[in-house]
Amino acid sequence: MSDLTRTTLTRAELIEAYHQMVLIRRFEEKCKELYNARKIGGVYLHLYNGQEATGVGAIKALKPTDHVITAYRDHGIAIAKGADVKRLMAEMFGKRTGVSGGKGGSMHLADVNVRMWGGYAIVGGHLPLAAGIALKSKYNDDGEVVLCFVGDGATNNGYFHEALNLSSVWDLPVVWLIENNLYGMGTPVHVASGQPELHKRAIAYGMKDYGRVDGMDFFAVYEVTQQAVEYARTTGPVLIEAITYRYEGHGVSDRIYMKRVEEMQMFQQRDPLIVMQTKLREMFPDIEPELAKVEPSVAAIVEEAVRFAEASPVPTAEDLTRNVYA
Amino acid sequence: MAEKNIPMREALRAALREEMIRDERVFVMGQEVGAWEGTHKVTRGFLDEFGARRVRDTPISEMAIAGAAVGAAMAGLRPVAEIMTINFAFLAFDALINHAAKVRYMFDGQFKVPMVLRCATGWGNQATATHSHTPEPVFAHFPGLYLGCPSTPADAKGMLKAAIRDDNPVLFTEVIALYPKPGLVPDDPDFVLPIGKGDIKRAGKDVTIVAYGRGVEWSLDAAEMLAREGISCEVIDVRWLRPLDLPLIFESFKKTNRCVVVEESLPFYSFGSEIAAQLQEHMFDYMDAPIKRVSAMDVPLPYAKEIELMALPDAHKVVAAVKEII
Repeated sequence: MSDLTRTTLTRAELIEAYHQMVLIRRFEEKCKELYNARKIGGVYLHLYNGQEATGVGAIKALKPTDHVITAYRDHGIAIAKGADVKRLMAEMFGKRTGVSGGKGGSMHLADVNVRMWGGYAIVGGHLPLAAGIALKSKYNDDGEVVLCFVGDGATNNGYFHEALNLSSVWDLPVVWLIENNLYGMGTPVHVASGQPELHKRAIAYGMKDYGRVDGMDFFAVYEVTQQAVEYARTTGPVLIEAITYRYEGHGVSDRIYMKRVEEMQMFQQRDPLIVMQTKLREMFPDIEPELAKVEPSVAAIVEEAVRFAEASPVPTAEDLTRNVYA
Repeated sequence: MAEKNIPMREALRAALREEMIRDERVFVMGQEVGAWEGTHKVTRGFLDEFGARRVRDTPISEMAIAGAAVGAAMAGLRPVAEIMTINFAFLAFDALINHAAKVRYMFDGQFKVPMVLRCATGWGNQATATHSHTPEPVFAHFPGLYLGCPSTPADAKGMLKAAIRDDNPVLFTEVIALYPKPGLVPDDPDFVLPIGKGDIKRAGKDVTIVAYGRGVEWSLDAAEMLAREGISCEVIDVRWLRPLDLPLIFESFKKTNRCVVVEESLPFYSFGSEIAAQLQEHMFDYMDAPIKRVSAMDVPLPYAKEIELMALPDAHKVVAAVKEII
């Protein structure tokens, strides 16, 4: 249980964070519906439902000038960093107005204007990129921090080792945040990792270890990330492990995962939206009217995004060959 | 304009040094680039002159060297990263192909990747199978990445400067056997040879010999021998495998109607295959003889000198190939 008194966010900011978490949930539910209706294409659709508190809690601990980079489960991260929801939905549809011009799709959402450096689809491949972006901050001494989301599955390939080690020997301002949702695709963490307490990997790199945090609790994630970000800004890289859960399997078509009913129910009892509502009510007994406005507001945003995406043009033959080179 | 007679390694060093003086964003990173002064002494004196911020030794972490260079370049720096030899760049293949070459396209132009990755390449003098690759065509297969390989000290200087000043990722390979070979190099700090521009190293009228890297030396030696027998060869050094100067090759072929392609690389799916395919597609009406290819043999390189040299191309093999089609 996190200490509520330690949050530095205002009531308005907390409502905004809650709004963002609900927006991610409803955006993802809409994506699933549209994917099943074949309006959203692609072989995969990796949804963020269940992990909202981790993404939003961590990103709220950043300054707007700080940087975020993640893997392919990127919709929620892009929303949390402030990318335009209409253009995110348009990207799902493969439209020209999408954040990546309809050329990236679900797994490659970037918005350079809000310093969202993208979703990357080679497991671990974005980790050295995060180190490189942080090297820019170090090189220019500009005080900016990179928050790099890392799937639990990525902790077992070479990129993880090389990028974390390099960040340590160069004292780079990176917060490595492992989103441990218990499975790398279908393989449980304890089957894949000799040391399933993933944050302990920090020891191997002489890196500050911020331990495990309850990734279903916005406040817990926010607080630990806030400390971690300040450490990274002034001193060097840090590692955090957030325990979280994805409700939809690796991709929405992942059937085996759906058999894990008990485990799912256990996590759903600690659903990030419910946990946050409960805490907000404890903190602000008169908050009900504000909470009540969130769902209708989110529904309107998602609806508008879908309308925008549907009405947008598809990319052209010129778009096909554009931006191969600068 | 003033010129100096210097070996290729000094020409490369001059290019790198001048660009670091010219642009604060340019820095070098890689194994042994600092205190060791570069495995091939290209960065001799750099640590003293530019300091540890801009001359960055890395661990033996090829994935992170290439990947961090991508991130730093996306963020606005202009890294010149070094992987000691291209044999080790296979470890960085994903960072180069899935990241350096793709991020601009898949995020539809939101990012530029102005990085250079320098690698020594080529036959290793009994260095055996894993240390003797000349695999440029493999890397040149993918759109989004440029690839240059100089054959003279002057080209090395002008091409490396162009690579550093360009906004695209460039794989720059340097033939180990050519590092000590001298040549006249302009002093001019703005001596830049444009990316994608090949060069006629010897004019002739009977046969076009197309080569790059060390193949140019064998081709020029062969042309000299053939000239004594009254056969006139035009030797084209493409300099860049991507972008490839096809117009230069086509113009020469229209005149000679015959072509031999020379490369140190392997014969299957090769540089020679590509040139031959391009000529038969676009220059069929000008073709008076089959296109001949001179390359390494289709085997890994062995240790014993007698059979190692048997597997490699040389000037005599080029002479034989020319005589087959004249």
